[in-house]
Amino acid sequence: MGGFHSVPQDHRYRDFADKTGFSLEQIGNLHNRFKQLSHNEDTLRKDDLNKIPDLACNPIRAQIIEAFFDKRNFQSHGGGTVEEIGFEEFLTVMSYFRPPSLNMTEEQREELRRVKLRFLFNMHDTDNDGTITLEEYRHVVEELLSRSGALCRETAKGIADAAMLEVASISMGHMEPDEFYEGITFEHFLTILKGIEIESRMHIRFLNVDTTVLCK
Amino acid sequence: MSALLRPAGGPHRSLVRRWSLLVAVLILSVMASYVSASVVRTGQGNGTTTRTDSKTNGTSHHTKKAFPVLSINYDYVRMPFEISLWILLASLMKLGFHLVPRLSGVVPESCLLIVVGLLVGGLIKLMGENPPVLDSKLFFLCLLPPIILDAGYFLPIRPFTENTGTILMFAVVGTLWNAFFVGLILYGVCQATGGELREVGLLACLIFGSIVSAVDPVAVLAVFEDIQINELLHIIVFGESLLNDAVTVVLYHLFEEFANAGTVTLVDACLGVACFLVVSLGGILVGAIYGVLGAFTSRFTSHTRVIEPLFVFLYSYMAYLSAEVFHLSGIMSLISCGVVMRPYVEANVSHKSYTTIKYFLKMWSSVSETLIFIFLGVSTVAGPHSWNWTFIIVTIFLCLLSRVLGVVGLTLVINRFRIVKLTGKDQFIVAYGGLRGAIAFSLVFLLPEDHFPMKNMFLTAIITVVFFTVFVQGMTIRPLVELLAVKRKKDTKSSINEEIHIQFLDHLLTGIEDVCGHYGHHHWKDKLSRFNKSYVKRWLIAGERSMEPQLISFYHKLELRQALTLLEGGGAAVNVSMQNIQPRRPSPERLIPHMPKGREEEIRKILRTNLQNTRQRLRSYSRHTLFEDPLEEEEEDYSEVQMRKKRVEMHRRMSHYLTVPAKPQTPPARRVRFESDNQVFGSTPTSTPSSRFQVSLVPSIQVSRAPIARMEQMSQESVSLVDESSQQQDSEGKGASGSDGSLGAELSVIRGEMDNLRLPRCFSDPGPNKIEEEDEDEEEHFMS
Repeated sequence: MGGFHSVPQDHRYRDFADKTGFSLEQIGNLHNRFKQLSHNEDTLRKDDLNKIPDLACNPIRAQIIEAFFDKRNFQSHGGGTVEEIGFEEFLTVMSYFRPPSLNMTEEQREELRRVKLRFLFNMHDTDNDGTITLEEYRHVVEELLSRSGALCRETAKGIADAAMLEVASISMGHMEPDEFYEGITFEHFLTILKGIEIESRMHIRFLNVDTTVLCK
Repeated sequence: MSALLRPAGGPHRSLVRRWSLLVAVLILSVMASYVSASVVRTGQGNGTTTRTDSKTNGTSHHTKKAFPVLSINYDYVRMPFEISLWILLASLMKLGFHLVPRLSGVVPESCLLIVVGLLVGGLIKLMGENPPVLDSKLFFLCLLPPIILDAGYFLPIRPFTENTGTILMFAVVGTLWNAFFVGLILYGVCQATGGELREVGLLACLIFGSIVSAVDPVAVLAVFEDIQINELLHIIVFGESLLNDAVTVVLYHLFEEFANAGTVTLVDACLGVACFLVVSLGGILVGAIYGVLGAFTSRFTSHTRVIEPLFVFLYSYMAYLSAEVFHLSGIMSLISCGVVMRPYVEANVSHKSYTTIKYFLKMWSSVSETLIFIFLGVSTVAGPHSWNWTFIIVTIFLCLLSRVLGVVGLTLVINRFRIVKLTGKDQFIVAYGGLRGAIAFSLVFLLPEDHFPMKNMFLTAIITVVFFTVFVQGMTIRPLVELLAVKRKKDTKSSINEEIHIQFLDHLLTGIEDVCGHYGHHHWKDKLSRFNKSYVKRWLIAGERSMEPQLISFYHKLELRQALTLLEGGGAAVNVSMQNIQPRRPSPERLIPHMPKGREEEIRKILRTNLQNTRQRLRSYSRHTLFEDPLEEEEEDYSEVQMRKKRVEMHRRMSHYLTVPAKPQTPPARRVRFESDNQVFGSTPTSTPSSRFQVSLVPSIQVSRAPIARMEQMSQESVSLVDESSQQQDSEGKGASGSDGSLGAELSVIRGEMDNLRLPRCFSDPGPNKIEEEDEDEEEHFMS
């Protein structure tokens, strides 16, 4: 398995490996998965991801799929969404979920944490104005609780409000009654999520073995 | 601990003097009890014989004894008296240690308790009596289960499941390696040195090796609790100490059988492996069955809240005993019972029962632990010893060596599969934290004399090893942790933001795994939780609480905590309030439905009557419970009185707003209020109870959110905001609806109370003090 790559593809793989940090086998596997999802075309569309059956019961499915097509996550300068992505973008988005390597300095860890938290921030900040407003946060909580049975929007609203209040108290300290807290900026986001070590949590295991045969 | 102490030297010294006096008195009384026991026993014997004598001669003799006004009958109460005396001594010791400032910081409690045990044992011996030895049956059946149950019930599940592979490797492979390494080399050394050591056979050495190699959960808990290292290391060492019980049990019985049989064959070895699987998996299965039974029982206890904790304890103890019947691993069964039972029981029992369970477990485990260490000291003085320098020194050395080699070797293998690798510092702590304790001692005690002629030597050796690990390693681990700057336990309280994002991350990672196309860790965890939600919870949790997702229960707990701290603090300065985050610009889609006038009247009437009813009810019983527990006392706490008063005031004020006749200038205001009420009535009586529950619940949460102490202010604000909204052209601002929503929320609270059949259990709470304590305990519950 994995012996029949043509030379230009190998060359591309090495480029990707340098850019994203995956190993060559991992890139090969992900490419196979990409081809499986896109039915052997060169680009992937939202519909293709929608059709994954396992994703159907995920409450934040829509946001996950959006994240793949969000230009902010492609590590190029630009915003907005695209309709279809190529393998390179797919790989770039996947690279956000790589685990930290064993010997990382403190600054590298800090940088990795920023990058990962930026990804999460982009997922919440749908209108790309640099802040997560109360509406957007409410939407996040609603989606999170959407699969939990008979739930009212009121509960989600209450939770989101409380969370927002917490962020405001932590970031702004004291506010006058007529001051208005615009939304969670990226810096505030970093501060409140400092406690959970995101670089050790936000990763999945990328196997070197091809598993596309086993999964749908 | 040291915060309790007074800095002045004078009163402090007198306190210590007082304590030492008390301790001395107690020790003397212990001695006295022994002496008097023997005296009284003989005295009583004499008494009875004389009486029988006089009875036989009674008819002829008629020796009339004077009526005993005051007599001593110690024998009657001897057993429970002595037990209580021991427990009292143990608890007083514990108290005493924390009063002496520097001692508790430097020396871990376990060491001090062993020293006390040594002293007491020495004193008893001086009196000429035989000091009691730690009876193995007493130990395994009475002293060990509470500690293990406490550990298992409060086991932090998330780090445990994340590191299961690592823990199992250390527990199984590590213990096997230790056992064989120590056993074989010890045998070689014994044969080499000769003399009396030559009698020690291979099997004896192997069984000794297997006993001495097991890390002890009691000792680990006792020492690690003080040093507060980070969660990962704690769960690895602690989990290993719990799970290696299966290995120890199997090896012990295996070698015991072989000692009987005399020869070992390959078939026996294979049977040993099969036995291991049976012991561990069987133990887990037995525990799980009892756990499910316990959870199922707790579903029906809503009318007998008082005995709820009893079910938890009984089912767990039965799980332990049932496992011991079949020689399965009792510890693993106890752990799995606690782990399985806990989420369902916690959803079903009342808040008070939850507190009771928690504190009883802590109390029992604390007493057990203290007793174990004291008895360890006493048994050291008591037990028959035979000291052999070579054996003992070699044992200690080998234990350390095998532990270090085992940990380092295993980490090399494990790190290949772990994503967050174990660093050198981590490995050092894991190796150094492998303490031996009372379980090893008791197991040696159980060895039959005839097969193991060198039993006394083993006993001495094991006691030395235990002392060495507890004293030397226990005392030095704290400065070493500080020296190596090992990551300590985070003491930040969990915030709702973190909770939201952790859950978000879980779903995100599951989704990415699905996109990526391989079934990993997150996928299976997600599947398990979905199975749990759709099938298991429905069976084991009573009523609608089975539908409540974790985020919501977390949020409720947080809200309650905050509301009560606010109440206690008398309205502490809230820096940021709801107004600051509500966007001022109204959202255009908010249309206010026009309500017919008749309906308005009807609504107002209903609300007024409800208000009156509630006010009456509130006066009688402030906690929002419909199940009037006859055995619950009406604790007229200061804070509750305050809460009640404020609530009554609030209702009075609201009824004023309602009865104010509708003026033409303020239709928007009134409409605003009723708009939110409309939401309440939108859910007609035919709607499902759960939605009604949810609707009324959240606004009631908002009530507690608004600082009740600032209530006057708030109502002023709402009045002003109402005026504002009438001035603004748009129907209403979100800002207005914010505080009006809370007013409307008040109304829906009342309505909700009347209709609500399921209560948030967080509201039947004993009092704020306990909540605060619980707060800290929540954080450190995994430590204890």
